[in-house]
Amino acid sequence: MRFAYDTSYSDAQQLLRYRSQWFCYGALAMALILAPWLLPAYYVGELSYLFIVCIASLALMVLTGFTGQVSLGHAAFMAIGAYTHTLLLDQGIGFIPSILGAATLTGFVGLIIGLPAIRVSGLYLAMVTLAYAMLTEQIIGRWKDVTGGFTGIPVSPPSLFGYDLSSLKGFYFLCLVILVAVLLGLINLMRGRTGRAFIGVRDSEAAAATLGIWVGGYKVLAFVISAFVTGIAGALLAHHLQFLTPDGFSVMLSMELVLMVVIGGLGSLRGAIFGAVLIGMLPTLISKIKPLLPTSISSQFGLETFVFGLILALFVMFEPNGLNGRWLKLKILFENFPLYRRNTFRRGKTYMHSERYR
Amino acid sequence: MDAQVVQILQLTLNGISIGSIYALVALGIVLTYKATEVLNFAYGDILMMSAFIGWGLIVVAGIPFWPAALITILIAALLGYVLDRHVMRTIVGQPQFAGVMLTIALAFMLRGLVSMGFGPTSRSYPTPWTGHITHIGPIVVTDLNLVILAAALIVTALLFLFLRYTQLGVAIQASSQNQLAAYLCGIRVKRLNSFVWALTAAMAAVAGLLLAPIALVDISLWFVVLKGLAALVLGGFGSIPGAILGGLLIGLIEQFAGVYLPDGAKEMSAQLILIAVLILWPRGLLGEAHGRRV
Repeated sequence: MRFAYDTSYSDAQQLLRYRSQWFCYGALAMALILAPWLLPAYYVGELSYLFIVCIASLALMVLTGFTGQVSLGHAAFMAIGAYTHTLLLDQGIGFIPSILGAATLTGFVGLIIGLPAIRVSGLYLAMVTLAYAMLTEQIIGRWKDVTGGFTGIPVSPPSLFGYDLSSLKGFYFLCLVILVAVLLGLINLMRGRTGRAFIGVRDSEAAAATLGIWVGGYKVLAFVISAFVTGIAGALLAHHLQFLTPDGFSVMLSMELVLMVVIGGLGSLRGAIFGAVLIGMLPTLISKIKPLLPTSISSQFGLETFVFGLILALFVMFEPNGLNGRWLKLKILFENFPLYRRNTFRRGKTYMHSERYR
Repeated sequence: MDAQVVQILQLTLNGISIGSIYALVALGIVLTYKATEVLNFAYGDILMMSAFIGWGLIVVAGIPFWPAALITILIAALLGYVLDRHVMRTIVGQPQFAGVMLTIALAFMLRGLVSMGFGPTSRSYPTPWTGHITHIGPIVVTDLNLVILAAALIVTALLFLFLRYTQLGVAIQASSQNQLAAYLCGIRVKRLNSFVWALTAAMAAVAGLLLAPIALVDISLWFVVLKGLAALVLGGFGSIPGAILGGLLIGLIEQFAGVYLPDGAKEMSAQLILIAVLILWPRGLLGEAHGRRV
């Protein structure tokens, strides 16, 4: 067991407090830096995709996990980011201004979509965002002059300060750097005043308002931050896909993002990463396992959908805290090894309480 | 008669007919929501699955339409019961969000199972009314549309009588008002919830069997749940007459938008209505009068 013993304020502010943490995260960083040279090319591309998905998942975690607002329409934010970025690049604008512009526009759309969140919450907000995502998909498909309609448009390769980043390794490091930047930014935002206000709004709007938190403002702010970061992820995804069609940003993608957040464990950024890695790798894993299954099952079309559903159902039923909750339990098991008590995490008995009349 | 008037009448009839399917879907969702406090996102997939089961029974097994429809409805009801008894019941007492996620998970699993079992191709099955046409004055109606309308009316009427005059129906009403109070009055709420799931799944099967002949038996049938949600919101969430009214209106608006509004309006109208109503007028047309936060 470790107990925090702070001798100055800066001790409490450090992200990595113990030597073991420095060691673990250092090893992880080294592994990620060396990975492009050690892994086959296919997996390098897959890892870049995982990083992009992690960014989107982190963005949704801010909204759903920290502020408690369910969005079933985050694919639309990704689509807006991707299309804006592509169109700005085609205008001859540099990579950094273009990606920031795309993120800003997405953030602005997030502001507009977030405004209803002041009035509607819970289930109703989920429905509004779902409808908004389907509308966006339709609009992109029909606005042929700008978006190329359902036939799609090609994405120009990324280049930064004259360096071409379209190679596998170049794109890998581009995604990695942006992921780390987003992660550090969100960690600091979430442990600061804003993040604590978000958590307050999530846990009890009435209590938050009593403490002087501007509930409506913070709800919209969560939408804006989330949309901004999702826009960045969308812009990167555009480069990964290299060709944009509205089908790439369907309801299924929104659902996958929600899946990542729930499976990872609501209310923790680490969970968002865990969930994104698991769900992002799942299609590859399934395609690896397929040859082992009898052909009558493996040749079928809907196996992936079924496995997604099964994993989500098992997590909701048996581990509501997600992968992050499981991780914390494992950590405590190892930290105080012989003294671990199962009851530490026993879920208390709960009673049905209606959420209709709040 | 004027061609314009004929077209309007024609559209109205088509709209009411497709709208009555939306109304059935909305009715099933609202009944589950009121009784069990779970918004059933898997409803469209239960509907889609029953359409596939109906196809299998009619085309593959060669059973005539009526017995096949009856068997499909029974299978769907059993599926609904089992889903609630063995899946939804495990999360009783957890926040509403868990219920949403679990029904989405069920939706994925059903969709995956159907596409594994039947493959991605769309298909159709014959009904006793396929290809028959009735002339009402100058309007030409396919018999199928009339049957859909009649079936929706019958189901709604039966449901009304059931909820109003049987002990079980009154128990469902009590439980939908307050589950704890109903439990304290001796109603077995958990078992009742499973029954409601079975009932609504049977309604989904009826809607699916009616929708499939006009829309093709296809995986994308589950999208009808989104129309159902729009109908619910328009009619006022949690109101049973509102669900029916909302469904009919959405059906009508879609038909007219397809003809009189620019391309794409038909596909988008339901979503636009949902967003607009929730933001501007969250109570809907027939929403409950007492204060409720949405």
